Amino acid sequence: MADAAFLALAVITIGSAIAALELRSLIYGSIALMGTLGGIAGFFFLLDAPFVALFQLAVYVGSIAVLILFTVMLVKRELIFKKIEDKRRKFAGIGLMLVVMVSLGAVFLDSGIKTITTDEPATDFRDIGTDFVTYYWPALILMGLLLAGSVTGALVLAKREDVENDQRAS
Amino acid sequence: MTSELVDFTLVSVALLGIGIYGLAVKRNFIRMLFAVEIIINAANLNIVAFGRFLPHSGGQTMALFSIAIAAAEVAVGLSLIIVAYRMYQNVDIADFRSLKG
Repeated sequence: MADAAFLALAVITIGSAIAALELRSLIYGSIALMGTLGGIAGFFFLLDAPFVALFQLAVYVGSIAVLILFTVMLVKRELIFKKIEDKRRKFAGIGLMLVVMVSLGAVFLDSGIKTITTDEPATDFRDIGTDFVTYYWPALILMGLLLAGSVTGALVLAKREDVENDQRAS
Repeated sequence: MTSELVDFTLVSVALLGIGIYGLAVKRNFIRMLFAVEIIINAANLNIVAFGRFLPHSGGQTMALFSIAIAAAEVAVGLSLIIVAYRMYQNVDIADFRSLKG
């Protein structure tokens, strides 16, 4: 059965996920999203995967959340605090959420995974490192190229041409 | 290690449900990106949990790849938000009319 640390992490993760979507201010919402991402990192620690947990903390909480925060700051002030949604859609969305949760939860509870337990030692992170540079090396290189390409694409997309021309003119 | 696999999957299902709710209800582009992030994290949690209980090191490797690719996706998504905001001065997806087919 679940222990106290698990329950606390579950409450933090799910609570801040709801807060991220429902808080009026987008800035508080993105800080709540940081809570969700940090809670997931805590789950990774519980699952004896410290390498993945630290990667999650570095990539998600460290960079993505800060990136989102800066993007929110670029948006106009009244848009940050404006909630755009209608009531009917909201009730339909809550219904959809409950259907997904109940049906998938029932499937999981009914399946055999309730009985799965393990006494095996956790995977050593040295094995993961070895895997990365032996078996998965083409995927690793491809991932590096993908990251470089996406960052370049993001820079090209976000580039402002009008500012450049203004500066030349003045 | 006292928690079982089913506990982690149930948390993951809850996060997936919240993410789907956010994608269905919110019309703010940035909030929809939050919802996508929550769904990706639910999937990562599931991958690592199953990898721990199988047990197999492939789960953690896959989660690392997934996190890195999600980072790339967020970078592109945020720059799309900035471009769309510059074009329409708004983050309401109902206003992005030229994106409709």
